Amino acid sequence: MNGASNIASRNIDLAVKARRGFGERIIRFVLAGCALVSVLVTVAIAATLIYESVGFFRDVSVLRFLTESQWTPQFVDKQFGIWPLLSGTLLVTLIAALVAMPIGLFSAIYIAEYAGDRIRRVLKPGLEVLAGVPTVVYGWFALTFVTPVLQSIFPSLGVYNALSAGLVVGIMIIPMVASISEDAIRAVPRALAEGGYALGGTKIEVVSTIVVPGALSGIVASFILALSRAIGETMIVTLAAGATPNLTINPAESIQTMTAFIVQVSLGDTPHGTIVYKSIFAVGLTLFLITLGMNLLANVIIRRYKESY
Amino acid sequence: MSTESPEVNEVIEQTPHAGDGAPPTDQLAPTLMSATDAANTTRTKIEIENLNFWYGRKQALTDISLAIQERRVTAFIGPSGCGKSTLLRCLNRMNDLIPGARLEGTVRVDGHDIYNASDAVVVRRHIGMVFQKPNPFPKSIYQNIVWGAKINGFSGQPDELVERCLRQAALWDEVKDRLGDNAYNLSGGQQQRLCIARALAVEPEILLMDEPASALDPIATTKLEETILDLRERYTVVIVTHNMHQARRVSDETAFFYIGQLIEKTPTEQLFTRPREQRTEDYIMGRFG
Repeated sequence: MNGASNIASRNIDLAVKARRGFGERIIRFVLAGCALVSVLVTVAIAATLIYESVGFFRDVSVLRFLTESQWTPQFVDKQFGIWPLLSGTLLVTLIAALVAMPIGLFSAIYIAEYAGDRIRRVLKPGLEVLAGVPTVVYGWFALTFVTPVLQSIFPSLGVYNALSAGLVVGIMIIPMVASISEDAIRAVPRALAEGGYALGGTKIEVVSTIVVPGALSGIVASFILALSRAIGETMIVTLAAGATPNLTINPAESIQTMTAFIVQVSLGDTPHGTIVYKSIFAVGLTLFLITLGMNLLANVIIRRYKESY
Repeated sequence: MSTESPEVNEVIEQTPHAGDGAPPTDQLAPTLMSATDAANTTRTKIEIENLNFWYGRKQALTDISLAIQERRVTAFIGPSGCGKSTLLRCLNRMNDLIPGARLEGTVRVDGHDIYNASDAVVVRRHIGMVFQKPNPFPKSIYQNIVWGAKINGFSGQPDELVERCLRQAALWDEVKDRLGDNAYNLSGGQQQRLCIARALAVEPEILLMDEPASALDPIATTKLEETILDLRERYTVVIVTHNMHQARRVSDETAFFYIGQLIEKTPTEQLFTRPREQRTEDYIMGRFG
């Protein structure tokens, strides 16, 4: 303060320890604990599923589970073939995929590449609202609106059918496909599109042959994640698809998905410890393995085919 | 650098060029050409007239008038933000893609007004562009070159096209055994030459380059510059560069821009040895920018 001449030179002392309170350590533990919760829950769920399934498979061999063609645990003549439930699930998922993949992808392309700012500002929240609709509402929508509409086109259609449920599950997962795909498309560098335009490409040429292929890994991942969500979807199929385990590929028929079966047993008065009760864990484990496999696949695709621009 | 012999400079000095209104280029160019490329006669390829350009409200270019000669390399130099890249992108209507951009004035290529008498897509098919950062498509080397040709209705033998373009871009020998490889496996310099090859595949007459060497190391830059000098035989090249030495090495004519205005355009050697304007001299002497 009093002028340069008064400032003494001094040595820096690096030997002292900086003081850190307990606070910092506690915060660290709290944060780590929160991060662990989801991992622990996943492990606990898997452990429960496996433990209870082992009990089921002690009574019913894996071979029967995989080879019998009927799923009739509540009948006197019990059969435990997973295929009717699996086919019901896959049928609904297939219909949902046919709805959601093209519509979701095309909306993503539109929002990312074509829509002006004003339209985008309306469309994106609209999609998010669609994603926020409770599934029970979707279920009622399927049962009380979509099915009657379908019945007016196909009079022979029953009240419960895979088609109506599949269509509505598809509508439910559109936002997921659209939102992840849009992020992927937006992540394609502007410079790539500019390169295409500079060569005399029209908008559609550049978008369809450069931008979208450049976003392919993200788009495929969005498909897989959305389908995994469709496979696990419960409420819509419970309400609208029926409760008839049915080994069929006919979308007009009433079916039962794995999830709907679990609901049915959980809601009923099935006593603990019975074979029917245990069977829901085997079905749950199957479901868990399928969705886990699909999520892993999505991760592999994202990582393996990630374009490094 | 001094590829120009002292005699040539002498000749330039004796040439009258006092008038600011009438550009002296037409008298000077033949003299300089004798040092570079005597076979060609000079002809105006691109004519920019009273060009003004705005990004939203901000004016980026003010009243630019400039003639670019056919089969010459013309360099745009100037400090960052001087509008040189903006002007380059006006020449193939790339600025059309920017929301809120606005242009006044005319740009004529071979006498055709590219803004009023033509479609932007058609314009770009005749005017190739190479960008600051190499931007090959995430496809194979082969596909990168064929893409532009195909959308332009190319129906010939693609193998021959790929070889010819890669040879012109001086990349053929390095990649001929791995045309199916992804373009991203190439080095930065190779990627940039691939981008040149890709631009050549649509058979443009004009090649615009926006600081094409700015992301490259010195060795790759040298190769790129050699390529540019070869291209001059067939193409009209306009190159934006922040590197004055590069402008001097590769260009026949240089235009100096400052804050959205064209300060002067002269044969390159003259601009660097005897600029007419004080601002040009300050810039090339490194007093600012």
